[in-house]
Amino acid sequence: MSKRIEVTDLNAFYGKFLAVEGVSLTIEPRSVTAFIGPSGCGKSTLLRTLNRMHEVIPGAYVEGEVLIDGNNLYGPGVDPVLVRRQVGMVFQRPNPFPTMSIQDNVLAGVKLNNRRMSKGDADDLTEKSLRGANLWNEVKDRLNGPGSGLSGGQQQRLCIARAIAVEPDVILMDEPCSALDPISTLAIEDLIEEMKADYTIVIVTHNMQQASRVSDRTAFFNIAGTGKPGKLIEYDDTTTIFSNPSVQSTEDYVSGRFG
Amino acid sequence: MSTTTVGAPLTNSLTAGKLPKHTSLAVLAASWLVAGAVFLMLQLSGASEDFNIAGTLVFGTVLYGIAIYLLSYFVEGVRKAKDRLVTALVTAAFVVALLPLVSLVVTTVTNGLPAFLTPTFFTSSQRNVVGAGGGALHAVVGTLLITGLAGIISVPIGLLAAIYLTEYGRGRLARGITFFVDVMTGIPSIVAGLFAFALFSLLFDDPGIRFGFGGAIALCVLMIPVVVRSSEEMLKLVPNELREAAYALGVPKWLTIVKVVLPTSIAGIITGVMISISRVIGETAPLLIISGFTASMNYNLFSERMMTLPVFVYNQYANQGTDAQAYIDRAWAGALTLILIVMVLNGLARLIAKIFSPKLGR
Amino acid sequence: MTTAVDRDALRTTQRVGDRVFSTATIVAGSLILAVLAAVAIFLFVQSIPAFLAVPEDFDPGVSNFWAYVWPLAFGTLWSALLALIMAIPVAIGIALFISHYAPRKVSQGLGYIIDLLAAVPSVVFGLWGIGVLAPMLQPFYSTLVEWFGWFPLFAGPVSGTGRTIFTVAIVLAVMVLPIITAISREVFLQTPVLHEEAALALGATRWEMITMAVLPFGRAGIISAAMLGLGRALGETMAVAMVLSPSPQVIFQLLTSQNPTTIAANIALNFPEAHGVGVNILLATGLILFVITLAVNMLARYIINRRKAFSGAN
Repeated sequence: MSKRIEVTDLNAFYGKFLAVEGVSLTIEPRSVTAFIGPSGCGKSTLLRTLNRMHEVIPGAYVEGEVLIDGNNLYGPGVDPVLVRRQVGMVFQRPNPFPTMSIQDNVLAGVKLNNRRMSKGDADDLTEKSLRGANLWNEVKDRLNGPGSGLSGGQQQRLCIARAIAVEPDVILMDEPCSALDPISTLAIEDLIEEMKADYTIVIVTHNMQQASRVSDRTAFFNIAGTGKPGKLIEYDDTTTIFSNPSVQSTEDYVSGRFG
Repeated sequence: MSTTTVGAPLTNSLTAGKLPKHTSLAVLAASWLVAGAVFLMLQLSGASEDFNIAGTLVFGTVLYGIAIYLLSYFVEGVRKAKDRLVTALVTAAFVVALLPLVSLVVTTVTNGLPAFLTPTFFTSSQRNVVGAGGGALHAVVGTLLITGLAGIISVPIGLLAAIYLTEYGRGRLARGITFFVDVMTGIPSIVAGLFAFALFSLLFDDPGIRFGFGGAIALCVLMIPVVVRSSEEMLKLVPNELREAAYALGVPKWLTIVKVVLPTSIAGIITGVMISISRVIGETAPLLIISGFTASMNYNLFSERMMTLPVFVYNQYANQGTDAQAYIDRAWAGALTLILIVMVLNGLARLIAKIFSPKLGR
Repeated sequence: MTTAVDRDALRTTQRVGDRVFSTATIVAGSLILAVLAAVAIFLFVQSIPAFLAVPEDFDPGVSNFWAYVWPLAFGTLWSALLALIMAIPVAIGIALFISHYAPRKVSQGLGYIIDLLAAVPSVVFGLWGIGVLAPMLQPFYSTLVEWFGWFPLFAGPVSGTGRTIFTVAIVLAVMVLPIITAISREVFLQTPVLHEEAALALGATRWEMITMAVLPFGRAGIISAAMLGLGRALGETMAVAMVLSPSPQVIFQLLTSQNPTTIAANIALNFPEAHGVGVNILLATGLILFVITLAVNMLARYIINRRKAFSGAN
């Protein structure tokens, strides 16, 4: 299921503004990789280039290559829609579809693409995805209730269930816990730990404890100043980054001296 | 809190130089009483026949403005006095705007009700009717057909254009459309009628062309911009997060729009459409030009003149025959029907907006 | 590699829906521009015979099209101007009442009530104007002419029916009130709260706060609202056609039975019976009306858009 991601010399632009410059890194399959760094350093932008969500913003475009198991996402004629089915995404704020029930939300990726499935298959997929997101026991009695009726943490897990229902190879998480309370955060972190057996996971976080708790590898990004592009400073095993970084600014950041 | 010295009244230095709380109400009541007394004396002395209620209220209110200004000027100073005067003026402006509305509704109901309640009003046309009797069925049918067709044409075009503006549009074309849609909302309705006439009389080479379809086209010119504006507002309210959530699931853009964006905003869009219908259903001038008037039933939009309710009202009033009162009564009854339709459409629209709007966020 | 095959297969099928849909939306959007252009083109084409018409095509005393349309254009502008003079202060008052004076809880409901005025069909306004307003105002006019007849605008002889340009202006004022109120209200509500609170914190009364913060902020909005109201008043047809007793000439007196009529009302009254070049002449007056309202509306929208770009309130 999970796949290796190779990023080579990637530049990301918003119009004329260069937001991320010259990033190259390799993300291993079945691992959790964390992107950390101060606000505006381009870590979320880089994450969104990995499933071509970056270009959804008007005027935004990308130079360079992103390979998933050898296929270039930015090659000529590649359909971004197909890319996004292989690389799922969970957003900063939980965003279940307000017009749909819990079950419809889980099946959204399948149903919205006009694929027909039998009632049995649909129920199986719902249960499997919700179990995968550790939400089944909490919502199994109200699958037809509205998704917006859940708590924030439950909504975020619903969004994770929705992402894994389309059976992607990679799951990107953009600060998935920043809008949640500590208990919900813990539930999501536990879930990430379980999910890495099946998926390649990339997570952007502002919370360094979270990065050290959940990730295997960590990439640190920084900017020289406002208006300058964000750059990859250091990319290594999480333990190395937090205990023995090789770059001074990484050490300053992880030890809380700035940012 | 300081303890007060014995015998001294409880005063707060911050209330000094301020009129008591209900002064303005008291002054208003007093002003009306004075004005009423003046008019009562006029009546008793025989200068006027009835007690003039409107005069009492108008002069009483003017008197209030002067009184509260002077009172406040001497107690509270010129700044506060001005403030009170403006408050009075602004409130009066609102009440003044209500007067025509109330008067219009009351007269329409009282004048229109008798003919409105006659059993034939909604069951027969004006064919071969001279004087009293007959009904407005032909006009009701014509209004429903023409407005319905206008809606069927305008809603898809308007909605698609709104989708273009919110979801696809960038650059000069989108800016041009936005600008000219706004400009088009200001086209006089009679110009829309003249346009339809100019178009079809050239197209069919008939210098006296009159038919229902032309009326529908004229209404479209008036309706489309309204639909575009209201739908665009509603589509813009859909949070971008929902679109991104769908894209991230690998849903193509058009399915995202059809299955996520539209269902989320559908209540607001329907509300806008109903309000736009209520706007054009009362249009008279364009239909007078291109659909003409007739006393008979006509179910065919594509040939012959077709009567509509607003034109019926105008025509009954403008071409009074023998027994003029019967014509005027029917005009008022038609006006009452129109107002009822418009009010029901507006009310339904607000109801739909209230009930079905999705609860976004937490 | 299987993924490559998948990708190609899916690409060709997926793109069709997207392309069809986006093309449909572009077509619909462009259609609106096309309709506006068509209005101008067809009206112009049908107006050409009117521009070339000879004196025999007109009433006696009128030599060409421009001599025909001038009194009508005057009446259109004159009645709209009178209506605006009455409507603007009241509309601003209502807008302020709703945005800053009425209790928060009821202010939205009050807005709906004013919007109801916009929902009343113009033909009903016409009926009301002639059936209720004109007779009600006639005695008042008589008094006015009797006492203030020395003032040129109020010169006699007074109209016996009350169906004067002044009555028309009042009806028009009522009809344009909602649009001016609605836009002014929106603008007033957008006043930055910080500005308002800054004024109040300086010890300003409510009215001083409004003159310091709200009105300067809303000036462009009020101007464009007034111009949109002007556009409405210029094009209003039925109320004028029904209330006014017309005579196509340039008269400034407000209260006599001789009143300049408007382009729109003139069309509505004469179109059903017109034939031959007469139809083209009426269409040409419609073209003039279209050009006037288009110019007014474009100017108003230009002012609104420019304000949007600079205010930062959105």
